[in-house]
Amino acid sequence: MKPKLDRETIALIVAREFFDGAVVNLGGGIPTLASNFIPEGRTVIFHSENGMLGFGPVEYDENKQSVYLMNASAQLVQPRLGMCFFDHAMSFAMIRGGHVDITVLGALQVSEKGDLANWMIPERGIGVIGGAMDLAFCCKKLIIAMEHTTPKGGIKIYRKCTYPITAPECVDLIVTDLAVIEVTKDGLLLKEIAPGWTVEEVQAVTEPKLIVAEDLKEITL
Amino acid sequence: MSVNKVYESFDEAVADIPDGAVILLGGFGGIAPVPQNLTLALHRKGAKDLTIVSNNAGVDGRIGLGNIGGKPYADHEILVSSGQVKKFIGSVPGSIVVSRPNALEELYRQGKVELEIVPQGTLAERIRAAGAGIGAFYTPTGVSTEVAKDKEIKTINGKEMILEYALKGDYALIRAHKADTMGNLVYKGVMRTFNAVMATAADVVIAEVDEIVELGELDPEVIVTPGIFVDRIVETSKGEIQ
Repeated sequence: MKPKLDRETIALIVAREFFDGAVVNLGGGIPTLASNFIPEGRTVIFHSENGMLGFGPVEYDENKQSVYLMNASAQLVQPRLGMCFFDHAMSFAMIRGGHVDITVLGALQVSEKGDLANWMIPERGIGVIGGAMDLAFCCKKLIIAMEHTTPKGGIKIYRKCTYPITAPECVDLIVTDLAVIEVTKDGLLLKEIAPGWTVEEVQAVTEPKLIVAEDLKEITL
Repeated sequence: MSVNKVYESFDEAVADIPDGAVILLGGFGGIAPVPQNLTLALHRKGAKDLTIVSNNAGVDGRIGLGNIGGKPYADHEILVSSGQVKKFIGSVPGSIVVSRPNALEELYRQGKVELEIVPQGTLAERIRAAGAGIGAFYTPTGVSTEVAKDKEIKTINGKEMILEYALKGDYALIRAHKADTMGNLVYKGVMRTFNAVMATAADVVIAEVDEIVELGELDPEVIVTPGIFVDRIVETSKGEIQ
């Protein structure tokens, strides 16, 4: 089995997209890790659904943790000068009103057209929407950070999602442990590929036909 | 002053909540924003057939009366697991840890509890609308998904939107940091969440607070929830969970 990129590397690639001054909302899992990799010299303002803006990275020192500084992924974070608190109605006014620039979420499935499915595994019979649906519908740029396949090697990037969707045609960029793929009008554009992997090998675990970028690059750190 | 909002016990504060009441239950998960002692009092009171409106159905599996990080903790999962809940309305009904199902999802699969799943922003806005006297509103969130099923769709400024109705409670149980005796509330950190929204949207609003202070001690410039929204206040020190 060839090595794939680890979760930190996926997060690092995602964080390259954070421009100076960007308001960014990170979902749980791999997306949260991106807060550790803000490119040097840029200020990124993190938004959390539960009413917090402008906070710092996750606080791992138990002596410094505060339950009053919890993010929407239930992690305790560091305070930062200029941060502020607000209620849920205000928080989602920011989201729906287009005041969040970039959202990073995980996914169960993504389609060729950028449909996202991440709230419901049908066999489970009950779902978890949380803030993902508002974010997926209303954010200016949606990045998916995920493993390219399921733990058993099953496909996650489909022509059409088989699970109930979170939002249609909402995904802009997919960053996986094998590739960086942009969702375009013409289809999925393979822009970067993990070291040691071929286009054919990535295509084999991706249902829709990938368009290979003319300047396809190997992913570098 | 004739208005007395200060209650000496949590049991007394929830004593009139009847069977079948619609309860807006504040918080978001985590420890800070959850009205833990009010929730326990409602459990002791034993009101049944409740409709619970809350972001989630108990934060993480079977910790209805467990502990987080060594600290005692209670949330409304105890209302669900004790069979007091007829219907749950919220955005995170299932456990966020798939391998540790919560009480609600097990009862839901057995057909013993009704469920209405609502995107988090729509939930907040439906409650806000109720508090603000708005009957319904259009939101883009959920178009072409299961959430839009049987709902009116309208194209506004070229964008499809769903009609969502206001959601009002009979009672709201909320958490805040400090109250003055008029019921003015301030919060701490991420404590506001749904609490400050729900404070506006129920017939009877009951707030659990860290401290009740005399009039004048809270700066009028920083009051988050004006006291007219709040009917009853109880200090956390009167409860079993500090």
